[in-house]
Amino acid sequence: MKKKVLAALLCAAMTGTMLAGCGGGGSDEETSGDAATEETAEGEAEEGEAEPEAVTTVGPDSGTKMEMWSFVSQHNDFYAKMLEKWNEANPDRQIQITFTTYPFGDMHNKLMMSLQTGEGAPDLCDIERGQFPNFLQGEVQLYALNDALEPYTADLVQSRLDIYSKDGNYYGAPTHVGATVMYYNDELLSQYGIDYKTIKTWDDYTAAAEKLKEATNGEVKMTEIDTGGTDWMWLSMAEHGEDQVDEDGLAVVTDGMAEMLKLQKEWLDNDLAMICPAGQVDTEEGKQAIMDQQFASFPKALWYMSRFVSDMPDETGKWAIAPCPVFEEGQPRSVGIGGTGTVVTNQSEDPELAADFIAYAKCSYDGCLGIWQDLGFDVCNTSIWKDTAVTQDASNQYIAFFRTNPFDVLNEIEDEIAAITVNENTFILGDYLNVTTFNSIFEDGMDVDEALQECQDMVDIDQG
Amino acid sequence: MKFKKFLFSQKAAPYVFVLPFLLSFCIFWIYPLFSTVKMSFQSILPGQIEWIGLENYAKLLKDTAFHTAIRNSFTYMLLSLLLLIPFPMLYAVLMDSNLVKAKGVWKAILYMPALTSVVISGTLFRLMFAEMPTGQMNQILQFFGSDAIPWLKNGATAMFALVLLCCWRWTGVNMLYFMSGLKGIDASLYEAADIDGANSWQKFWYVTIPLLKPTTIYVLTISVYAGLAMFLESYMLWGGNTSPKNIGLTIVGYLYKRGIERNQMGYASAVGLVLLAIALLINVVQLVLNGTFKKEES
Repeated sequence: MKKKVLAALLCAAMTGTMLAGCGGGGSDEETSGDAATEETAEGEAEEGEAEPEAVTTVGPDSGTKMEMWSFVSQHNDFYAKMLEKWNEANPDRQIQITFTTYPFGDMHNKLMMSLQTGEGAPDLCDIERGQFPNFLQGEVQLYALNDALEPYTADLVQSRLDIYSKDGNYYGAPTHVGATVMYYNDELLSQYGIDYKTIKTWDDYTAAAEKLKEATNGEVKMTEIDTGGTDWMWLSMAEHGEDQVDEDGLAVVTDGMAEMLKLQKEWLDNDLAMICPAGQVDTEEGKQAIMDQQFASFPKALWYMSRFVSDMPDETGKWAIAPCPVFEEGQPRSVGIGGTGTVVTNQSEDPELAADFIAYAKCSYDGCLGIWQDLGFDVCNTSIWKDTAVTQDASNQYIAFFRTNPFDVLNEIEDEIAAITVNENTFILGDYLNVTTFNSIFEDGMDVDEALQECQDMVDIDQG
Repeated sequence: MKFKKFLFSQKAAPYVFVLPFLLSFCIFWIYPLFSTVKMSFQSILPGQIEWIGLENYAKLLKDTAFHTAIRNSFTYMLLSLLLLIPFPMLYAVLMDSNLVKAKGVWKAILYMPALTSVVISGTLFRLMFAEMPTGQMNQILQFFGSDAIPWLKNGATAMFALVLLCCWRWTGVNMLYFMSGLKGIDASLYEAADIDGANSWQKFWYVTIPLLKPTTIYVLTISVYAGLAMFLESYMLWGGNTSPKNIGLTIVGYLYKRGIERNQMGYASAVGLVLLAIALLINVVQLVLNGTFKKEES
């Protein structure tokens, strides 16, 4: 009997140690389980375990020492450049920052863990907008930037500050507006006598798609449909003046979503559009499809310009940018998508200094100018949009790449860039749409209203 | 003096020797296990920890994504058991026989995949199973006159990719287990069988298989757990934790999604405990049926 109990205990212990991932038994088979925990472990502790992509230290040794993380190495390069300017201008407030770039998921998980446990967080950190609501839950472990941002707020797009705020406190310094525009392959379209400038509504767009289909025997589609991204939904909500939350902050599916999905399904049924490989255009497969000219246009935020310039250099001079078509003329033609809020954590030794620096680096005129020139983003400081020295600078790689000047489009839609609410509930909604609803509709042919109702039901179980 | 006496005491010494294990066991297993149990009854946010009783578990019952995850992990585990026990056993017997030439080469080839990182092999498999007509698997399909298919968007083909990756990786390892098991079988038993006039098949069925039982049970036990706990393969195959209609979602993937991606540690703890319960239950039942707990005959 005793032996039985002992054997049962040992057996439980064996399963248990495997679960805990601390490697009892030492068999190779386990590694498949261990590997699973490795991912999580990376986010938790040892610096050495999660190989950072790049670490650089900038600034004098005498300065206040700080840590900064980002998930994009170009962001860190930019901050380093701004740090040098800051140190020049502020001899009495010198800073030395160690910049580290981690992969996207790793960095957010690592930050989350360090804030949860109250240890190991950097002084400054980039947080992607979609992840931001996670960091505002409970007692916020970030330092409010209100005072630091104050000198610059007059020139900034207010809605971009609001998305990183809670209870009147601003926690993130915004990078860009992310205004959504239509990218047209003008070289391709004009070959077939299609002028994108005449497209004002989705009806015009559909007509152009028909024309393109006829001219190319259906070889080239007018556009792509996302099964792994909600950009089209956001655009439609913006055009209809809707939001994805109700007054209690609960996520809801909207009529605008349904209308857009029905339109897209019609395109798909009539061979006017294709499902984007890998679910959306900001993927290797999606970019390949763009370069292969599988489709001639797609809506995406202005930050996608940088993807063209860095990943698709052969497309230089072919593409034009224009405001998005609408369902009825007079509707807003753009929506702000994406973004990165830079935060100061409450574990920083000198949060005030960190906050002043990051506000300067990202929101001052110099900072925004640098963001535009180095990163190609539509910055939040609108005074830049009007500065002809910047907007007409033909040597700028982003302006030179496209057939239209991005600032012309930006100024045209300036008052039409809607903001869609993002919170922890819309996170659930977006996830369900991407994982299930879009696939049900476009791959399995499910009815749009039915699929959206199912989506709402499932989201309701999870939220609130 | 007292210390020395203590050290040389026959009663105390064993405890001193097992102390390192006991300590690490308590710190890295018992403590996390109990705090996981505690957390599974809580809602956890920075600075706001609340007791919510069985709410997490009640939600699990309604959570269809979780049910999908369980179904996926289960299917994956069953398929991997079906493929990763008989075939490696067969290969091991072949390696042990005189039928195969250049055994070292075969062993090395079969074992090699286990040495690669899942991250790398998963990425390679993702590219092989790409939905574009230029993807390797689609090229093969087209060679046989079939159309290209979106491998990783369809439940059955996606599971095929996962299981293929699993077999590619683990066949060699399991084969090694069985080979070491075979080495432990006394050659005289085969001689006796020969004298009794048994043919090769009868020798395999009546001598090899029964005597390999301890190895088989060991492989079965760890495979059940490894199958249920699979995560990284799916994570790499879809380049993230989201797959269309959750066809690649596993229990651990769901735990990760809730705990790390959505910051719901309490709910994730409940998911983890359900996984523990399932893995324990299956293995205890399996071990009882296999007679592992029966009194050893001596």
